Amino acid sequence: MLKVENLKFSVPDGKEILKGVDLVVDDGETVVITGPNGSGKTTLAKAIAGVEKATEGRIFLNDIELTDMDVTERAKNGIAYGFQQPVRFKGITARNLVELAAQRELTESELCNILGMVGLCTKDYIDREINTALSGGEIKRIEIATVFTREAEIYIFDEPEAGIDLWSFNNLIEVFQELKEEKKRSILIISHQERILEIADKIAVIDEGRITGFGPREEILPKLYQSDIHCPGECDLPYSVKEVLQ
Amino acid sequence: MSQEIAKLTDNEITRELLNIVSDIDGELPADAAYNIREDSGCAARHSTDNIAIVGKTDGLSGLDIFVKSTTQGDRVFIPACITKSNIDELVYNDFHIEEGADVTIVAGCGIHTDEDESSKHSGIHRFFVGKNAKVIYLEKHIGIGLGEGKRIIDPVTYVELEEGAYLEMETSQIGGVDQSVRKTEGQLGENAKLIVKEHILTEGDQLATTDFKVDVNGEGAGVDLISRSVAKDTSHQEFRSVIVGNQRCTGHSACDAIIVGDGTVYAAPELEANHPDAMLIHEAAIGKIAGEQIVKLQTLGLTEEEAEEKIIAGFLSDH
Ligand SMILES: Nc1ncnc2c1ncn2[C@@H]1O[C@H](COP(=O)(O)OP(=O)(O)O)[C@@H](O)[C@H]1O
Ligand SMILES: [Mg+2]
Repeated sequence: MLKVENLKFSVPDGKEILKGVDLVVDDGETVVITGPNGSGKTTLAKAIAGVEKATEGRIFLNDIELTDMDVTERAKNGIAYGFQQPVRFKGITARNLVELAAQRELTESELCNILGMVGLCTKDYIDREINTALSGGEIKRIEIATVFTREAEIYIFDEPEAGIDLWSFNNLIEVFQELKEEKKRSILIISHQERILEIADKIAVIDEGRITGFGPREEILPKLYQSDIHCPGECDLPYSVKEVLQ
Repeated sequence: MSQEIAKLTDNEITRELLNIVSDIDGELPADAAYNIREDSGCAARHSTDNIAIVGKTDGLSGLDIFVKSTTQGDRVFIPACITKSNIDELVYNDFHIEEGADVTIVAGCGIHTDEDESSKHSGIHRFFVGKNAKVIYLEKHIGIGLGEGKRIIDPVTYVELEEGAYLEMETSQIGGVDQSVRKTEGQLGENAKLIVKEHILTEGDQLATTDFKVDVNGEGAGVDLISRSVAKDTSHQEFRSVIVGNQRCTGHSACDAIIVGDGTVYAAPELEANHPDAMLIHEAAIGKIAGEQIVKLQTLGLTEEEAEEKIIAGFLSDH
């Protein structure tokens, strides 16, 4: 079980991005976090993975406190995390990353299987460098592959749908289902995508650094779809988060 | 004829150096020509029907290597090993590649010293590559041993490519070399292509300098210089390149350096276009390892130090 208590995060200039987030992901549960752009979703995921250090609050994974651990220790204690904006390297290949995630050398066919699950099934990808020559969609898929290849307690994906075509997306849903149903793992996904919202056990809505709605999918989803009012400006949600609050 | 290293030299250190610089495991390929230089002498030499290796007769130390037109995919090994201190040698190796030949040359130099005096190898390699010939040249430099003595390697390379000739040079200096000054000069004929990939790692207070000067004289010719280097500790590296485009041609150089600790790097790329259709490009980037790269590997369970090592190893590997 992942438990986040009163998590706060401020940037050096003082602006508070997370204003006391409480969240629980039970064992084997899939929780999807949704909310407008800039509401703090990525910051929350980073704070859980240790990529950003929370300024206040505590984080537990299966009763082990992660709060003061660095990224490496959190990874070793069972957090698998994929970046919304994957990192690019020079000289590091898809094989290198996936093997590091698997903690062993993999055969060509194992690598093909893993990359195939995110729609990169041709052998050419195995020894491609994770550099600027790859498209955003390609690099994002490799990023996702490095997450689900890990042996972890909880798998955190930040907008996994971004830049992914429909066919690969179907595979992706299968990946989540396998993690969930066969491996009985906990999953935390940040997403705006309907089909991802539909595989959630619970949905959390975050707005301006606060959780403004959290509950079973059946309860939250209708509220998200209830209104056809679109948020103004930068918001890309097909609903008004403000509506959910009421 | 056996190509087993153990039968070619009794010197244990030479064998160790050979394995590293020639990227072999105790044995040379059965069909390869070779000359193994050991402490300024010749430990073994073998020519083949296609490749003749002949010692210089004009008083200079070194070899003439003749690669015939009939050569198609053969390999020639010409490693130089120094197994002790107090050696200072200057070697001239000339490669004469006939029209249409296709050859891989594995050079490389290893210096071992357990003493406090220095050893130095200066190799002057000249390549005369005939029409439409194709050459892959691999060169690895390494210094090992426990002594305080400096391991110094100063390679000079001169390249002349005739019409349609192709030369790909992969050079790497991956540790233990205290000082090196590398000079490479090229003259490219019509439609000739020169590709240089260099990888350099310096640590401690090592010093490495590379200097490229390539004149692209032939119409349709092209040069591509790719340098990747890592400067650790208080080491210092300098990269200079001059590409001169005298015809409709292409020239590209990319110098990419990672600084670790207090390493310092100087990069000075120069381009000179003397023809309106000369397309010349330079890219240079110097900086620390991006923090997010380390963090990404940490999310996979590596420690910060392991992540850094992995990133450097990948950066310096051949891709
Ligand atoms: N390191 C940072 N420095 C300054 N502002 C930041 C930093 N990280 C995030 N922010 C800001 O915090 C807000 C939330 O960002 P983010 O968590 O990426 O939102 P989301 O993922 O929900 O779109 C945004 O306004 C963003 O600009
Ligand atoms: Mg985000």
